[in-house]
Amino acid sequence: MADIIKINDNIYEVPIGYRPGMRVPGRIFVSAALREMVEPGTIDQVANVATLPGIVNYSMAMPDAHLGYGFPIGGVAAFREEEGIISPGGVGFDINCGVRLLRSDLQATSVQPLINTLIDALFEAIPSGLGTTGQLHASDQQLTETFINGSKWAVEEGYGFEADLSHCEESGHMPGADPSQVSVKARKRGRPQLGTLGSGNHFLEIQRVEEIFDEPVAKKFGLFKGQITVMIHCGSRGAGHQICTDHLEVLSRAVKKYNIDIPDKQLACAPLGSPEADHYFGAMVCAANYAWANRHIIAHWTREVFDRYFPGSKLDLVYDVAHNVAKIEEHEVDGQRERLYVHRKGATRAFGPSRSEVPDAYRAVGQPVLIPGSMGTSSYVLCGSDRAQELTFGSACHGAGRVMSRSQALKLFTGKNVKAALNRDGIVVKSTSPGMLAEEAPQVYKPSGDVVDVVHNLGIATKVARLVPLGVSKG
Amino acid sequence: MIPFEYLEHTADIKFRAYGKTPEEMLSNAAAALFQSMVEPTTIAVKETWKVELEASDLEELAYQWLSEIVFLFETESTVFATFSVKLQQDRNESWKLQAEIGGERMDLLRHAFENEVKAVTRHKFGIKKNDVWCIQVILDV
Repeated sequence: MADIIKINDNIYEVPIGYRPGMRVPGRIFVSAALREMVEPGTIDQVANVATLPGIVNYSMAMPDAHLGYGFPIGGVAAFREEEGIISPGGVGFDINCGVRLLRSDLQATSVQPLINTLIDALFEAIPSGLGTTGQLHASDQQLTETFINGSKWAVEEGYGFEADLSHCEESGHMPGADPSQVSVKARKRGRPQLGTLGSGNHFLEIQRVEEIFDEPVAKKFGLFKGQITVMIHCGSRGAGHQICTDHLEVLSRAVKKYNIDIPDKQLACAPLGSPEADHYFGAMVCAANYAWANRHIIAHWTREVFDRYFPGSKLDLVYDVAHNVAKIEEHEVDGQRERLYVHRKGATRAFGPSRSEVPDAYRAVGQPVLIPGSMGTSSYVLCGSDRAQELTFGSACHGAGRVMSRSQALKLFTGKNVKAALNRDGIVVKSTSPGMLAEEAPQVYKPSGDVVDVVHNLGIATKVARLVPLGVSKG
Repeated sequence: MIPFEYLEHTADIKFRAYGKTPEEMLSNAAAALFQSMVEPTTIAVKETWKVELEASDLEELAYQWLSEIVFLFETESTVFATFSVKLQQDRNESWKLQAEIGGERMDLLRHAFENEVKAVTRHKFGIKKNDVWCIQVILDV
C-alpha cells in the first residue's frame, strides 16, 4: 500500500496504488492537526471513489472529512458526462440536506431577554423529533408539485416571498425532476413529513453575529456585528431517504448489468446516459426540491414566530445551500470547458464571482457559504472564491465533522449535563430527547474554527462572519 | 450466542446480529435495528403486522427486510418489539420472507426514542456463516 503524500500544509494526496483500481489520486484538504483526526477508513473511502469510471482529476475530501458510507462525509468527485457514472453513494440518503441562514434587523441585546420564550415558541411551531409528522397534510398532487417546483411551490402556496428564491442555490428548484421515478413508498414517507425538522444533527438555531472578518463582503451579505440571525439545518426527510434506498436497489443490479467493478456496495452506480442513471437523477432532483420547499416552509413559520414577539421585524434570506447533492455543472478540465456530474456528499458548493449561478446580489463577491457549527459552537459564513474552481470543483466543507461515536458520547455525557453546560454558556436548548443532546454534545465534533481555517487558508472560500448560538431547537 | 452487538462507528450505528439459522439472524437484526431507535422495554405487543418480501438472494432480502421496518415505523407510526421471521428458498433460488412483527402505536409520552434511523446503508453490509449466521449492518442516523 502506497503512503499518503503531503503536498503542502493543507493538502495530502492519496496516490494511485493506495488501493488497486484507482483511476486518479485522492486529495484530502486538511491541516496537520486535522490530518490526525482522519480515520484510516475515511482514506479508504477516498481511494474507493477514485476507482469509479469517468472520475476527473481527484477523489477529494474536504477538511471536515470523516467516515461515511460509499463516499466519505466531506467527499467531492466529478464525473465526465461521456464515460462517467452517477452514484447515490456520492449524495447520501438525506438528499439535499442543507443549511439556510436568515438575517434579522434586530440587535441581539433586544432579543436575548426573550430567548427562552422564542425557543419555546419555535419548538412549538416547527415539528421536530423522531416519528413526528407535520401540520401541512399535503395532498398527492401538492407533493408532486413540491418535487417539481421546490421552494417555488412553497412561495406559490404562501410560504415565504418571491424574493427569497434568488437567494437559494438553484433558486430553490432544480430542473430535471421526474416524479414518475419516486415510489409510492417514498411518497408515503414524504407526504406527512413536509414541514418538519427531523432529528439527529438537524436543528434550528437563533444566533448572534459575534465577529466580522470581512466588512465589505459582510455588508453585501447584509450581516453586521451584534445582529440576530437564524440558521435552519435539515433535509428531504423520509422522502429522500426512501428515494435513495429504492434507487440503490436498482443501481445494485445496474453495476452487474454494465459490468462496473465497485469496491463498496454503497457505491452502486450506473453509466451516465443509461436509463438507470436518468431515473436516479430525476428522483434525486425531486428529493432535492422537496428539501428546499421544506426549509422554505420552516423559514416561514420562523418568521411568523418572530413577528409575534417582534412585530414588523424582518427576517431576510441570506442564502440556502445544499450539502448532499449531485449536479450538472460546467468546469474547466485541462483548459476545456466540460459538463460534469459533481457529487457533493457533506460538502458545500462555494462558487466565486466568475460563476453565473451566483445570484445577482452577490455576483460581485461570490456566493455565501454557510458552515454550521455543532450545537453550542460557532457557525461561519464564508464567501465562495474562484480559487475553488481550480482546486475543488467549486466546493468547500459543510460543517465540523464528527470525531466521537454516538455510543462513546452516551458513555461520557448525559443530556442533562450537556444542557446544563450549554446553559452556563448562555445557550438555551430545547430538544425532544435528552439522549440526542448527549450524542450531539459539542465535544463530539471537530472544532469548527479549525475546519474553516483550512478552507480559508486554501482560499477556496474566505471567512466573512462568525455566528454564536443563543438558542437551539433540536429534534 | 448473543443475539446482536453494537460496534464502534464515528458517525453512524454499526451492528452485528447472529443466529443459528438465517431466520433467527434476521429476527435479531430487526431487534438490533429497532433497539437503536426506541428503548424496547417501553414497548408492549398489542398488535401484529405481517410482512412478505421476495428477493434474488438472502443478502438482498435482508436489506429489504430491514428497510421495510424503517418504512413501517415511519408510515404506520408504530413501534415494534417482536420479530418472527420465516424463510423459504424456491426452486429457482429466489428467497421469500414471511414475518410477523409485534408492537403498538407510537406514544410520544411513553416510548423512549433514541435515534432517527434514516436508512439502512449497503456499506460493508454482508452475511457470513461460520459456526453461526452473522449479518453486519451500518445504519445512517
